Amino acid sequence: MTTTVNEPATRQTATLPRLLPAAPEDLRRHLARYGPTPYRGQAGLLIGDIEASGLTGRGGAAFPVYRKLAIVAQARGRKVVVANGAESEPASRKDEVLLRAAPNLVLDGLQLAAEATGATEAHLYTHHGATPEILRALAERAAAGLDPVRVTITQAPPRFLAGQESALVNRLGGGPARPTFGPPRVTERGLHGAPTLVQNVETLAHLALIARYGPRWFRAAGTSAEPGSMLATVYSPGGKCRVIETEIGAPLNTLLSSGPETRAWLVGGYHGTWLPLPQPAALTPDALTPDALTPDALAPGALTLDNGTLRKYGAAAGAGVLAALPSDRCGLAEAARVVGYLAAESAGQCGPCLNGLPRIAAALAELAGPRPRRPVRADIERWAGLVEGRGACHHPDGTVRFVRSALTVFASELSWHEKGRCSATSRRPFLPLPDGIPTSEDDWT
Amino acid sequence: MTESKETKETLHTLTVNPIDCAGHGVCAELLPELISVDEWGYPIVDPRPVPPQLDREARRAVAACPALALKLTRR
Amino acid sequence: MSGATAFWYASRATGIVALLLLTAVLVLGVLVNRQGRLPGLPRFAVTSLHRNLSLLSVAFITVHVLTAVLDTFVSIPATAGVVPFVSGYERFWLGLGAISFDLMLAMIVTSLLRGRLNRLLWRAIHLLAYLSWPVAFAHSIGSSNDLQHGWLLYLAVGCALVVVAATGWRLAQAARQVPRAARVAAVFAQHTAADNQQTDNQPTGRTRETV
Repeated sequence: MTTTVNEPATRQTATLPRLLPAAPEDLRRHLARYGPTPYRGQAGLLIGDIEASGLTGRGGAAFPVYRKLAIVAQARGRKVVVANGAESEPASRKDEVLLRAAPNLVLDGLQLAAEATGATEAHLYTHHGATPEILRALAERAAAGLDPVRVTITQAPPRFLAGQESALVNRLGGGPARPTFGPPRVTERGLHGAPTLVQNVETLAHLALIARYGPRWFRAAGTSAEPGSMLATVYSPGGKCRVIETEIGAPLNTLLSSGPETRAWLVGGYHGTWLPLPQPAALTPDALTPDALTPDALAPGALTLDNGTLRKYGAAAGAGVLAALPSDRCGLAEAARVVGYLAAESAGQCGPCLNGLPRIAAALAELAGPRPRRPVRADIERWAGLVEGRGACHHPDGTVRFVRSALTVFASELSWHEKGRCSATSRRPFLPLPDGIPTSEDDWT
Repeated sequence: MTESKETKETLHTLTVNPIDCAGHGVCAELLPELISVDEWGYPIVDPRPVPPQLDREARRAVAACPALALKLTRR
Repeated sequence: MSGATAFWYASRATGIVALLLLTAVLVLGVLVNRQGRLPGLPRFAVTSLHRNLSLLSVAFITVHVLTAVLDTFVSIPATAGVVPFVSGYERFWLGLGAISFDLMLAMIVTSLLRGRLNRLLWRAIHLLAYLSWPVAFAHSIGSSNDLQHGWLLYLAVGCALVVVAATGWRLAQAARQVPRAARVAAVFAQHTAADNQQTDNQPTGRTRETV
C-alpha cells in the first residue's frame, strides 16, 4: 500500500491543506511559513482561544481540548504534557505522516500546551520512537532555543491499547502499557501522580495553528458544531491507502468510493462501525435507528464525516480511519480477522474482556466459515452483552460495536454461509493487521 | 426497626474495579438483590443507587470482598 | 512441675489452641486465595472464617501471654509478648513467640486498614504469614516440654504437616498460573480446542491474585 502526503480533499476550499505541507519541512521552512511559536508569556492565556475555536481531540475520543487544558492548568504542583503519537490503531497512518512531514507543528503545539497548563515536563510518545525527522526537528529547535520545556521521546509498544490514556501514563512511568481503572482520570492524577495532559499529535498541530491564526480562522472550515479540519486514513477498494486532510462534515461519498466495486464502508477504525453503502432511495436518517440499519437504507450524501451525523447511524469518526471494503471480499471474514486481533490485544486484566473477547472472536471465525452452527450467532450476542461496559477501558465496548455492526451489515452474507456458500471471490486479506500476538510481558513494554 | 429519619439525599452506588476483581463471587452471595454473577464468575452490578434498606448489606459485601474490588461510591 | 499454677496451665492450654487456630487460619487463607469452598458452606464463609479465626487467635494468644506473665513460677516481663528476647525464662524460644505475634499483628492491622494501603504493600505483609507460622511452631516446640512428647507432639507435627501440604499446594498452583501476558492466548487455545461446546466445564480465564 502506498501512502502519499498532502492529498487535498476533493471539496474546493481555500483553507486546506492546513497541516500537511507539500513536502516534509525542516525548521527553517516551518518558520518561514508559520512564523515563530506564538508563546503568550503566561500560563492559561491560550485556553480562551482554544475554547472559542471548538477544537476537539483528534485521537478518537473527540473530547473538547480546552476542558482538559483548563483542568490541568488549574491544578497545583508539578504538571506533565504528553503528545500522543502511539497510533495504536493498525489501520491509521495519519500520525506517522504528520510526524514525518510537519514535526515542528506538533512540537510547537506541545510547547504551547505546556505553557498554557504550566507544565514543566513534556513527552512525545510515538509508534516508531525517535525517528530521524523528530530527532532532527528537536535538535534544530534546541539549537535555536525554541523549546522552554525539554521533550523526552518514548516509543510506544505495538499494542492496540498502548495509546489509551492510562496505559500511556503507565508506560511512561516505567510499567507496562496496560490501562488502569479510574477515577481519578490522568488529568487529575497521571504520570507519577502529577496532573497530565494527553493530546493526540494532530490535536497539538491544530492547537499550534490556532495559536497563530486564531479561533475564527479555525472555524472557517468544518461545521459549526464540529469546526476545523481533520486528517483521515482512507483505504480504497483497490488497496491504495492515502492520508488526507479534509474538512469535518465532508460527505463520505467524496472520500470513499461507493460504486459497484465496493461492498461496504468501515468508519472509525477497528473500534468503529460498518455501514452499508448509500442507495439511491431517498430515506432520511431520522427514519432509522442504528439497530435497524439495513443495506437498503442510506441516501447518498446523507453520511457526512462528522460525529453529529454519524452518531445517528451508531458510528463515529474516531481517529479518521475510513475503508471501502472491496466487493470481492467477504465482510464476515474481514471482520473475523480484525476481531481475532482485537481479542489477542486484550490486556487480560478484566475477567469479562479476557473471557468474552476470545470467545466472540472464535465464534465470528466460525460464522466466517461454511455452515456455522445455529447457536453461534446467539452466543455472540450474549457475550457482547456481557463484556460491554465491564472492563477498565473501552476495549470491549469498541470491539462489540465493530462486531454488532458487522453482523448487521453482512447479514445477507451470513445467510450465504449458512448454506455453505460465500459471495466473495477473493480470500486475500484486505484490512491491515500486524503480525504476531503478544505473548510475554516484554510485549507490553 | 426505626424509620424515624427519611434517607438523606446522598445516594451510593456500587462499583467494581474490574482489574482487581478476581471473580470470588462473595459479593453476589451477600447481595443477590443487586449483584449477580456472569457465566465466568464475574459480578454484574446493578448501576442504580443502592436502596436504603440494602445499605447495610451493601457495606457488608464491600467489606467481605477478598480482593477489595467492590466499592461504595457517593453519587 | 511443682508449683505450677492455674495460670501456667491456662497459658499452656491457650497456646495449644492458638497453634490449632493458626493452622486453620493459614489453610483458610490459602482457600480464600484459590477461591476454594468448604463443603456445604457458602463462599463468604471461607473469607469470614479466615478473618474471624485470625481475630480469635489473637484473643487466645493474648490470654496465652497474659497468663504466662501473671504466673509467678517463672519471671516473664509483661512486654515479652511483643518484644522479643526480653524474658529471662527461655529467652530464645519466647522471643520467637514474640516475633511471630508481631508479624500477626502487622498482618491484621494492615488488613483492617486495607482500603487505605497500597495493594502491593498489603500483599507483601500478608505473605509474612508463611514466616509467622513456622516461627510460632518453633516457639511452641521449644518453649515448653509439653509438645516434645506424647500425643501433643503428634498434634503439633500433624499441624506442621497440614501447613506444609497447604503451602506446597499453594506454591504448585502459583507455578502453574498462566502469566498475565499469556492469559488471552490461553483462553483462545482452551476455547477453540474445546470444540465450542457450551458446557459448565468451560475453562475460565482467571485474573488477579490476592495473596
